[in-house]
Amino acid sequence: MENECSVPTACIDERQFSIVTTGKNKSRIHCADDSLAGAVSQRACVYSGARVVLNPVTDAVHLVHGPIGCAAYTWDIRGSLSSGPEMFRQSFSTDLKERDVVFGGEKKLVACIDEVVGKYHPPAIFVYATCVVGLIGDDIVAVCKEASGRHGIDVIPVESSGFLSGNKIVGYRAAGEALLKLIRPKDGETVEKTRKLNFLGEYNLGGEKWLVERYLREMGIEINVAFTGDSTVAALKRAPGACLNLVQCSGSMHWVAMNLEKEYGTPYIDVNFFGAANTAESLRRIARFYGDEEIVRRTEALIEREMERVRPVVEKYRARLAGKRAAIYVGGAFKALAIIRQLQELGMEVVFTGTQTGKQEDYEQIGAIVSEGTVVIDDANPAEIEKFLLEKDVDMMAGGVKERFLAHKLGIGFVDHNHDRKDGLAGFDGAIRFAREVYATTCSPVWERVKKNPFEEAEG
Amino acid sequence: MLDCTPDKPLTEGAHTTGKINPIKTCQPVGAMYAALGIHGCLPHSHGSQGCCSYHRMALSRHFHEPAMASTSSFTEGASVFGGAANLKTSIKNVFAIYDPEIIAVHTTCLSETIGDDIPTIIKQSEIPEGRYVIHANTPSYHGSHVTGFSNMCKGIVSYLAESDGGEKKERANIFPGFVNPGDMREIRRIVTEMGVPSIMYPDTTGVMDSPMRKTYEMYPRGGATIAEIKESGNSKLTLSLGAWSSDEAAATLQAKCGVPGVPLRIPIGVRATDDLIMAVKEGFGVDVPESLEVERGQVIDTLIDTHFQYEGKTVAVFGDPDILVPLTEFLITMGMIPKYVVTGTPGNKFEKTVNGMLEEAGIEGSRVKAEGDLFDLHQWIKEEPVDLLIGNTHGKYIARAEDIPLVRVGFPVFDRAVHPLMPIVGYRGCLRLIEMISNALLERRDRDSLDEDYELIL
Ligand code: SF4
Repeated sequence: MENECSVPTACIDERQFSIVTTGKNKSRIHCADDSLAGAVSQRACVYSGARVVLNPVTDAVHLVHGPIGCAAYTWDIRGSLSSGPEMFRQSFSTDLKERDVVFGGEKKLVACIDEVVGKYHPPAIFVYATCVVGLIGDDIVAVCKEASGRHGIDVIPVESSGFLSGNKIVGYRAAGEALLKLIRPKDGETVEKTRKLNFLGEYNLGGEKWLVERYLREMGIEINVAFTGDSTVAALKRAPGACLNLVQCSGSMHWVAMNLEKEYGTPYIDVNFFGAANTAESLRRIARFYGDEEIVRRTEALIEREMERVRPVVEKYRARLAGKRAAIYVGGAFKALAIIRQLQELGMEVVFTGTQTGKQEDYEQIGAIVSEGTVVIDDANPAEIEKFLLEKDVDMMAGGVKERFLAHKLGIGFVDHNHDRKDGLAGFDGAIRFAREVYATTCSPVWERVKKNPFEEAEG
Repeated sequence: MLDCTPDKPLTEGAHTTGKINPIKTCQPVGAMYAALGIHGCLPHSHGSQGCCSYHRMALSRHFHEPAMASTSSFTEGASVFGGAANLKTSIKNVFAIYDPEIIAVHTTCLSETIGDDIPTIIKQSEIPEGRYVIHANTPSYHGSHVTGFSNMCKGIVSYLAESDGGEKKERANIFPGFVNPGDMREIRRIVTEMGVPSIMYPDTTGVMDSPMRKTYEMYPRGGATIAEIKESGNSKLTLSLGAWSSDEAAATLQAKCGVPGVPLRIPIGVRATDDLIMAVKEGFGVDVPESLEVERGQVIDTLIDTHFQYEGKTVAVFGDPDILVPLTEFLITMGMIPKYVVTGTPGNKFEKTVNGMLEEAGIEGSRVKAEGDLFDLHQWIKEEPVDLLIGNTHGKYIARAEDIPLVRVGFPVFDRAVHPLMPIVGYRGCLRLIEMISNALLERRDRDSLDEDYELIL
């Protein structure tokens, strides 16, 4: 191997239990621990978790209560598309200053809410608490409650102070709580049950929700509302009327699904629309739930037709990609599992994978589908990623923006599977696009120019 | 539509609290960028890991490079009991794992609010022989990312620069300001072309524009070395580029080592570049080489050839003060009318400076604002439109909503590549700005023209 890892001691002793090799290690992986102080962690914060879940609510104002940075960095960072309102793509911040930190920021928050209501009359405002706000003890719950009453709209506090945990999952929970608060019918209100379903953990990146919606419609099933892709406040309030909840991104939405079942008696099933096989399986599962022969028949017809379309494309790329080695490092286990499967369908071998927020069960599932000898890491840092990319001689990596340039520097192809991507990867169409992207980056002519450097050859 | 201003323009002053679509971000990202301009440095974010992850992401997206930084990974305990233990452990771990030559610690909202005493904690930490830990206080509820950059520059000087008390060397220190590596390279080239040796820091060339080497270097080959920074105390003078990003560091170096600072603007445009060259000429008694005169002549020649394309066009500019001041001046030189000039960074000095320039040029009816946001700017454009928009990526919403061409300059630029390598400073930078501005206007003209007006030669 010509490349030497730039960090000699890439594996920190304390982290040895967070890295396992399938087949070799009998012990269980350590995960959901706090990150090590001093590590270059790829993880984000509680606020970030809450923000990514709620952000696609298109007509709400997302008001970030804190100093400017938290709002600036999360401004329009998702690829979620809207069929109408674009309010969610604006950045609102209370822009806390020194004096607010000293004397409290509640007054300023009240003023901002008033101003926003005056300018935009939004149906709801989500007020996110950031680190400082939690620390100085602003009572955002009280401010929101008071403002709701005064303006007659939903002003929902999101308790997402960054330091509450080093894990985004806590932020997902905060977002889930906010959503449940938003949809809970007010006294005297009822929501009628329908034959429609809710689609949880679907954020309409690049129009993914619309795509699945088309499939379902063809099967004879309607989506009530997605949590939260292309949703509006009014549509979310109809959520209790669904007969079924689909849970896609389980990391962010499993807890919400459980609560919807408890509060409104709506059952849920897990689905996964990444990859053709997963999509087909998920559609069948939904059809089975409805238990209607006509739906089942239509579903099978759809799957057959779409598979016909996907198969030759996958075959074409498979011929060029077979045997290539892949790595995956993403936020959630749900995504990791889906990508592993897709890459395997393309004939590639996944030799290294990991997540920022995976749980024990998730890692067990991952372990079950990858081949022996695959390295699995929880909360990897760049040094570890680098080490294993080199050691495992990886040809292509799937991950987010913080991994992209690292992979590129090592001469490794890269596919973005982050929540800020703008092209959908879901469904049968997504499977085609994913295959094309994997091929394009893995087999790009640029790598030839990297290998054939005349200056190096001249030097011998 | 991506338009967030109300249909009808509001009366002035209607936007009073908070920010809607900001033109600034928080201090730590500037500090992190400055720290990356020291060779072998690992920036360290003392706070919770979210901030660090955001800042790295922002830098990666703008520069298209990995941006490494470690974090103290605060959780609730640290927030209640103080972050001293986290920082000490971090310092120990960072040296053990990542083996940097130097760690540059910056604070975040959280550690600032708790009031962690960073210098004391550093003193109590185990620092291996020959290694350094420096720091800057960067509370995000004060100033902006520019302030953070400035604070870290000051920190670098106070911790590292030394004077041996002897005679000062015929050498310039360059404090380049918050600019892209391509700009830093160009500034250095100009000074070198004049035959004056220099020490530049921060210097992110080779770090945030590093070439493909088939291997990843956690500490790329660029950046100012610690030895160079130490030596800067023995230089004859400091070229301090950008009042907001460099002057404090220059003042600190002057007080500490007796190196006089020459306050200059970041050399964007003809006048600011002239000023830099004259400062070097006077400071070191050197002649301006023919090569630079040729470059200047080319710019003037190009301005003459193209002036009718942009003459009299109105333009809205937004971004960081150190970029906006010389850029506005250059736009005036080009005969354009800077109609709106807005920065998100607070401070009255900005308004005074820009208004002064506009007044000198006899331009009336422009609006200049410090601590503004894109909501303000968009409002104004709705009241009275402009022909061109210059600013960072976030301007693209306004550009689309109002159908105005956007020339991308400043930080952050997320949606285009190559820009960190291409300078906008110096005479070459002038040419590039002229090219970008006139092409944007010409393309717009082509797009809008009727068949009969569609011309081959413009
Ligand atoms: S918590 Fe403070 S330092 Fe961190 S991103 Fe937000 S504003 Fe910036």
